[in-house]
Amino acid sequence: MNAAALTAADWQVIALSLKVSGVAVLATLPVAFGLAWALARWRFFGRVLLDALVHLPLVLPPVVVGWALLLLLGPAGPVGGWLERTLGVTVMFRWTGAAIAAGVMALPLMVRAIRLSLEAIDPRFEQAAETLGAAPARRFATIVLPLAAPGVLTAVILGFARSLGEFGATITFVSAIPGETETLPLAIYSALQIPGAEARVWALAGVSVLLALMALAGSEWLARRHGGSGGRVL
Amino acid sequence: MSFEHAFDVDVRRKLGDATVGATFTADGGLTVLHGSSGAGKSSGLAMVAGLLRPDSGHVRVLGETLFDAAAGIDVPAYRRRLGLVFQDGRLFPHMTVRANLLYGWKLADLADRWIEPAVVIEFLGIEALLDRRPRTLSGGEAQRVAIGRALLSGARALLLDEPLTALDPARREEILRVIERLRDELKLPMLYVTHDREEAARLATQTITVERI
Repeated sequence: MNAAALTAADWQVIALSLKVSGVAVLATLPVAFGLAWALARWRFFGRVLLDALVHLPLVLPPVVVGWALLLLLGPAGPVGGWLERTLGVTVMFRWTGAAIAAGVMALPLMVRAIRLSLEAIDPRFEQAAETLGAAPARRFATIVLPLAAPGVLTAVILGFARSLGEFGATITFVSAIPGETETLPLAIYSALQIPGAEARVWALAGVSVLLALMALAGSEWLARRHGGSGGRVL
Repeated sequence: MSFEHAFDVDVRRKLGDATVGATFTADGGLTVLHGSSGAGKSSGLAMVAGLLRPDSGHVRVLGETLFDAAAGIDVPAYRRRLGLVFQDGRLFPHMTVRANLLYGWKLADLADRWIEPAVVIEFLGIEALLDRRPRTLSGGEAQRVAIGRALLSGARALLLDEPLTALDPARREEILRVIERLRDELKLPMLYVTHDREEAARLATQTITVERI
């Protein structure tokens, strides 16, 4: 496997995949953190239901998630229709739609990783900070965030890896349009349908393996660096 | 500012089926809150510190009302300027000893900083520990750093919650001497919770027995 085996079209697929996954993870991160915070710290009516909802993409067939996104964000859907009427924006068959699908599929993994690290923080450290004069926002910035950092980084790496591998929800929601929504797994699948395109399958599969290994190594390195606590979710 | 007592405390709170609380006034020096375990000494201290909200009563420290249920006053813990020293030290694990010491110092108003870091470091003999992480400290070292951290936060009084419990006898003696010097040299008003009679007899300028309500 060498770079020479990759064509311009392959590079386009790789670049698109990285863009879709990067945007998906960055956009999902604040949402995941908020949900993890609520689930870890608050006791409220409907908490169990919220927990179950967050986990749905993990346990549902991805095709079902893609179909749900289609209903919700499609031109006739409540959110999609509103977006199109008010902002003139559509995510259907666009890379942004692929990023949404990837983000939704990555959400449960990211929430889990962050939530575990938040729950591992001894609240008594925040009490100590409070008696030393730290207002709530400062306690969050100086105690909670640094102590949760390994979990947040793990969430980013896991979410990124999950997004790179997203297939079912993406193809159902935004189809596989080369240059727009055809990410690595979709390109590999379509190459498999074409007789004689084995070289492309090998090349793109190799890239996928490489990216996955890098994500795993990164996650392992972070877990070790932080003494294993809060960094591990799998 | 003139005031009658360093501490004027009358607090009650329901915790589960029991009601805990304490009523006392204490002057400068070191006041030991003494009583059997479960009598609510630690809860009383947490209510003075502002970490636990009383159902009723009041907390006045050095003439300032920090809590008064009837008047609707409840100053948050981070504005009370009371240094709390916990049983377990509770140093921030992700910071060096130096960063722990300076945590409250950096947050304190200039006017409230009554002691310099260099003085505290010398007083407690912790120069050699400054670049270390809390997990590498012995119990006695950690407790000295915790006391220094509380002093540097601009605290006008110290609240100590069984600070010797987690230590072996040699370390206990070391911290006992530090606390005696705080009492005699710095003249800092202190509330000290313990169930140990010897400790109480040695340290107290005044002893208050907390009864189960």
